[in-house]
This record gives sequence, C-alpha cells and structure tokens, in this order.
Amino acid sequence: MANKPFAITLKPGTSLANLTGTWRTARPVYLDRLPPCNNACPAGENIQGWLFHAESGDYELAWRVLVENNPLPAVMGRVCYHPCETACNRGQLDEAVGINSVERFLGDEAIKRGWKFDAPAAASGKKVLVVGAGPSGLSAAYHLARMGHQVEIQEAGPLAGGMMRFGIPKYRLPREVLDAEVQRILDLGVTLKFDTKVASIEQSMKQGGFDAAFLAVGAHIGKRTYIPAGDATKIVDAVSVLRSMEGEDKPMLGRKVVVYGGGNTAIDVARTAKRLGATEAIIVYRRTREKMPAHDFEVEEALQEGVMIKWLSTIKQAGEGEITVEKMALDEKGYPQPTGEFETLAADSVVLALGQDVDLSLLEGVAGLEIKDGTVQVAPNMMTGHPGIFAGGDMVPSERTVTVAIGHGKKAARNIDAWLHGVECQSTPKHEIATFDKLNPWYYSDADKTVRPMLDIIRRQTSFDEVQGGLDETNALFEARRCLSCGNCFECDNCYGVCPDNAVIKLGPGKRFEFNYDYCKGCGLCVAECPCGSIKMVAEDI
Amino acid sequence: MPFQPVKFYQTGTYTVGNRLLDPDERSEQASENRSNSINSGHRACQGCGEALGARYAIDAAMAESNGQLIAVNATGCLEVFSTPYPESSWQVPWIHSLFGNAPAVATGVAAAMKVKGRREVRVVAQGGDGGTTDIGFGCLSGMFERNDDVLYICYDNEAYMNTGVQRSSATPPAARTATTMPVGPEPGNVFGQGKNLPEIAMAHGIPYVATATVADLRDLEYKVRKAMKMHGARYIQIFVPCPLGFGTASHDTIRIARLAKESGMFPVFEAEHGEVTGVLKIRHKVGIEEYLSPQKRFAHLFGKHAHPEMVARLQAIADRNIRKYGLLEENN
Repeated sequence: MANKPFAITLKPGTSLANLTGTWRTARPVYLDRLPPCNNACPAGENIQGWLFHAESGDYELAWRVLVENNPLPAVMGRVCYHPCETACNRGQLDEAVGINSVERFLGDEAIKRGWKFDAPAAASGKKVLVVGAGPSGLSAAYHLARMGHQVEIQEAGPLAGGMMRFGIPKYRLPREVLDAEVQRILDLGVTLKFDTKVASIEQSMKQGGFDAAFLAVGAHIGKRTYIPAGDATKIVDAVSVLRSMEGEDKPMLGRKVVVYGGGNTAIDVARTAKRLGATEAIIVYRRTREKMPAHDFEVEEALQEGVMIKWLSTIKQAGEGEITVEKMALDEKGYPQPTGEFETLAADSVVLALGQDVDLSLLEGVAGLEIKDGTVQVAPNMMTGHPGIFAGGDMVPSERTVTVAIGHGKKAARNIDAWLHGVECQSTPKHEIATFDKLNPWYYSDADKTVRPMLDIIRRQTSFDEVQGGLDETNALFEARRCLSCGNCFECDNCYGVCPDNAVIKLGPGKRFEFNYDYCKGCGLCVAECPCGSIKMVAEDI
Repeated sequence: MPFQPVKFYQTGTYTVGNRLLDPDERSEQASENRSNSINSGHRACQGCGEALGARYAIDAAMAESNGQLIAVNATGCLEVFSTPYPESSWQVPWIHSLFGNAPAVATGVAAAMKVKGRREVRVVAQGGDGGTTDIGFGCLSGMFERNDDVLYICYDNEAYMNTGVQRSSATPPAARTATTMPVGPEPGNVFGQGKNLPEIAMAHGIPYVATATVADLRDLEYKVRKAMKMHGARYIQIFVPCPLGFGTASHDTIRIARLAKESGMFPVFEAEHGEVTGVLKIRHKVGIEEYLSPQKRFAHLFGKHAHPEMVARLQAIADRNIRKYGLLEENN
C-alpha cells in the first residue's frame, strides 16, 4: 500500500485472486442434444447439421453433409413424407421448418451445378452383390462403394429406381431428377446390370465371386381379393397400372375408373387415371377419412383434382360397366361392419390397390432363412438367418416408404462392412433428445413457413407435370434460417453475454465456448438463456 | 428514432450475437474485445442482475468513448461486491463516493476534466435505487438542473439489497422487505404515491432519459451508446432483478426482467428534453401474476391466504403503464 499514490489503494482487476468458482454447487456443461428431426428421420439424416451450413449460404457443404447419410436428396425432397417436420420443435412455436423443401432445393442445386460425391475410400478388395436397383439397393450400393467395396447391382427390370420409377407417378417425381441422382451413384464405380433377374441368390453369389449380398427386391406383386365378376369387367391391380405408365402402351382404364383401397397407392392411381382422361375416378374405401392410411395432404390434393372418394364402402360384385358396393358402418371398436345397403356405380374398370406382396422366389432353398407373413425376417443388423445375406426395403417387415428403404440401405451397408471385416458394427449411443421444454424460444424471431408453389389445377388434371414447385435461393435461405438448431450450439453468444461473472470464454468462430470454472458460481443463467438447449447443469460432488 | 431491430429470421436481434451477422451488427457483449469493466472474482451473489447490468452498461460506454471513461460509484451493493479490499474488479478508472453524493462527485470529475482540457474524457456516475431515489436524490436533482456533463445510471433492484433488503422509495407496492409490514390485512409495502424517477428526471427537461432492463441487451446498449453521444445531464434507469431480495432462483434473473417488461410493470422507453420519443413494445403480453408469482417477496399474495385484490391493484398499475406509454402494438 505504501508505494501507491494518495487515495489509490486498489489495482484494476485484482479480484481475480478471488476464485469464486468455489461457491458452486452445480456446474454448467455444454452438450449436443439430439434434435427431434434427426431422431425422426428414417434415413438417419443429420438434418440440423446440414441446415446449419445452409443457414450460412454454403449450399455445397450443406449438400455434402446431407449425402453422408442419403444419396438421393432431390428425390427425397419430393417424395418423403417428412416425419422430421412432424417432430420439428418449431411446430410448437409457429410452423415446422420446411425441411423437405430445403432438402429438395439442395438436391436440385447439386444437379444444376453438377456436384459429385467425394471419392471412395481405398479399395477393400471385397465384392458385394446388391439385388434390386430401388431406393434401398441404391442406398446400400452408394454407402458400400464409398467404403471402398466393389459393388454390382443386378436389376430384374430395364430401368433403375424400383418403386421410385414404377410406383411413384411422374407428377410427384420427374424422371430426369431420378436419373440424375442414380447416375451420380453409378459414377462412384458401381456396376448396374439391367434385365438380370436373380433366380437363386446362392448361385448368383457363387458365380460372381461375391463376399456378401444385399437383397432389396421390393414388393411388386399387387394383392388380389375375390370379387365376383362377369367376364366383361376389367379388374387390374394398381402396381401394374403404375408400372405400365413407364412403358410405351399406357393402360386403358376407360372413362369411369373405380379404385379399391385407401393407401397412398390408391390415391396415386386415381390421380393418374384422372390425368389419363377419366371423367370419373372414384376411390372406394371401407373405412373413414380419419382411418385412411394415405397421407392427408395427398387425399386433399386428389380431392382438389376432382378425384371422388366413397367412404365406408366395399365392392360386392362387378358387372358389365357397373359395380355394386355395400355401405359399411363403424362398430363401437371402430371396425367397419356391413349394413346390407347396396348401391351401384358406373365403372369401366376396377383397380385394386390393396397392398403388395414380395416375390421371394430367389430365396428358395437358402438355408437358415426365416420367412413370415410374406416378408424376410432380419436381425437388428439387417442380416437374414443366412450369414452374409442381408436384406432391406419393402421385402422386410417395416413401413414401406422410400425414406425407410434408404435408411435400410445405409444400415445394411454399415453392417455388411463390419461383417466383411469380421467385426461387430458399433453404433454410438444416441444423445438425449432436445425436446421443446429444453429451449428458450423467446430468442427466435417470428417467421412463418414458406409455402411451395403448386401447379394450377387444370394442368394438374390434364398433364403429368410436377405438382409441387421448389424454393429459390432467397426463400430456401429464409427457410433454413427458421431452424431452431435444437440441442446444438449455433454460436449466438448468449452464454458469453449473460454470465454475470465473465466465466464463459469465447473460443472464436466455429470453436464455440468454454467455461472458466475458476470463477463460474453456478447460477445457471447461461442454461436458462441458451435458446437451443445446448447447456445443462450437473450437480457438483460436494 | 427508437431502437430498430435487425431483420434476421433465425434470432433477429434477440440474442447477444449470431455467427451469421456482421461483427459490427452484433452487440458489444458478443465481442471478444469487450472491456469487461467488472472482472471475474467479484463477490456478487449467484445470478446477480446488477453485476450483469453494470457490465452491459459500462462496456457499452467504454466502447462509445474509446476507453476514455471515468466511473463514479455511489455506496451500495455494486460498490461493495466489486471492491472487496484490497482487491478491485474494475478495469476502468473508478472512484468511490459516499452513499448520497455520487452525482456531485461526478460533476466535480467532469469539471476537473474540463479545466484540464481533457474534452475526450467522459464521466459516468452509477448507483443503486437507494443511493439514487432516496439518499442521493438532492445531489442528482442538482446535477440535472445544472445540466452537468454526466451520464447517471441507476441500477434499480427495488430495495436496499446489500444491507438486508430494506424498503426504498423504488420498492413496488405489496413487495415484502425487511422493513415493511410482515403480516396484517395489507402485508408488504404500502400502495403509496410511488416515486417515478425517470419521470422526475424528464421534468428537469434534461437532454436524455431512458429505462432499460437486463433482458433486452441490444436496447440497453443502444441507449447507453446514444446517451454517450450526447452532452449535458443524462439519466438511464436499468431494471436489475436481485435473486436475494426478490426471492427468485439465480437462473431466473433475466426471465424476471423480461416478465417485468412484458407485463407492463416496468415500462421501457426513452425521452429527450422531457418528451417520450420511443418505447420498446411488449412482444408477448403476460398477466401480472406471471411476473409476481415466481418471486418470494410477493408470495403472500398467492396460496392459502391469497390477496387477489392486491394482485388486481398491481395489474391496474401495469395496465396504466401500457396505456400511458403505448406499450402494445396496434394489432396486438
């Protein structure tokens, strides 16, 4: 004290000698929680991760992060039923982030700019046979090729895409988009053989010298039901109708088409019939709209285009130019029961959309396989009961969507890779989910969802042009920035700003933050004011 | 022109910073180069609103004056916790005055700088609500009346917290303190005349008067920077919740400040030469209960022996603020 000037006793900033961190009973720690979108994605995409790069306008990096899990973003951005958006926390604030539309934008941008996948890892010397060039087979082939394996796809048909081509109508997925994304996978060095139906999987593996196989033949056989019918009535199945749309001869369904079933395929075929010139396309379904397995937005779009739906009805018999339907009523358990009331509908043809079965002929005689309810049973690692033969997509028990199939392909590829190396595939445990209550939504600006443009109704009824338009760069950026970044730090500086004790160290762009536990008193303000729930309090051992 | 938020859809200007904004569009607190006027190691309670508010305000004043700043500090919590002898947390030239004479000392410092020809050196005086609205009130009024070139900042936590939560003239009605009625038909502070210091300051016609809270950092920084661009007597009152005196959780400090503003209990506005020129609108209006119920000082208004009539009177005060300052958007 004696050496200091008059009345000046304290040196600036000397309180650092006082380690107030010793007051603490709980400490804040940074963590990454699992965003609900990522958790909900059947293809296992790191959605928050790729939106993060899209937010800064680095679309190519966003696309590269996206395709680490899913090689078909332009397809996905059109046909996925986006369970991510259903799970999105922003839905509780205003409206879910348009993840699907941003994904499509990135996919289209990649096609437009000719972005290619990163080169595969060094060759492993292993050969893998993939049976079927549908979403699951293509996804598996892509992942296996990137891991350095030599992949050959054997496809029974003349074109790639499976149900993406032969099941989903053009107005939902333009074929040039599909072709571009398939070609990009083939550019990785994947061999694709068309018109090569695998008659026996064991024989094909032996012939080609394959070390493992992934089966993804899908489910292409339309289910039938018995309808008493006269000779003159045309009864066809929905899968054949949609498949023949890809050929030279378009199906002849007539002016009045009745579709029997309530799934997405029933909707697709009714909308297709309308576009082929049917004056009446009527869906007959035995239950109510609420019980319909088809997605509601597709039902809505079909109704807009003039498709009619007869709820609570079953087809009793088909005669010449007309059918008889029986009205149903729901019992107290919600099951439809016949009422004995009948009516007739004019019908030139009846299309059955009652689900699909798997063609399992290639598996005959394979030891160890278990087949149940017409599907191949697989272990959690996607391997069938026969070592080295894996299966996925519509031919195994699961929800039959493109996204699920793509997820199967990825999962199978990882397990095939592990199996070829003689190890178990180690999956990292999932982080805890960043639920809405973990967020502080005050910090997010109000911003409504960007709506994608729809084709006008007349062209929707008469042409196969794509119904839903895409986003452009300005609104894709807006939409990406609506992401709340749930559970993952986006460097908003809140923790650094709100600490009354300067106990948060800012590490610079991209490096996030660190706590200075010498001075952190454990007040928890950083946790409370973190918008995205990326910090939590942990009790100290006292 | 009142505070203009940045049009930016991820977080707007609500967060401290954002990686997607240009550095000069972020707050001073987002900067790795902020002056950290109050360093770590100070002895404020966990979650202290005053420590936070003082760093927000003085860092902004330091940035605006290019580091040419002298801070005068009245006796009170801020002074006690920041300078535990022989240490100091302050990283700015800082002088401690008596409880009641900070405005007069600041006037003197400003005069001395003028005499020395140091026109670039700016003076800030600061104190709590006790030192400002009660003990230093006479000196402060004098400073306003003479229009001395000082920015006076009052950190308002609505009582004498440092000495054990005694009532001040800024204590709201019904709030329980160590020196207000603990029991009876009307416990807590009386529904008195109140003492609205920002309006008293405005009545002096001084160049600038503003209120702010620790929940709206961008608005707070904008007001301090604006005040620093002006000369003459200026006054800013910052609402700083006190976990000890309010009886709130340490992690709730900012939330409580936000609720004070969103309920209309603490109107956030600015005025020049005695006229209101801008208000920070309520974004998501809340009822007064949402603000009062997390605070133990108002606990006697709720529960088994509730006083709904007192809650209603407090709601009436908030409603009056909303009407008087026009705190709601037209379409709200």
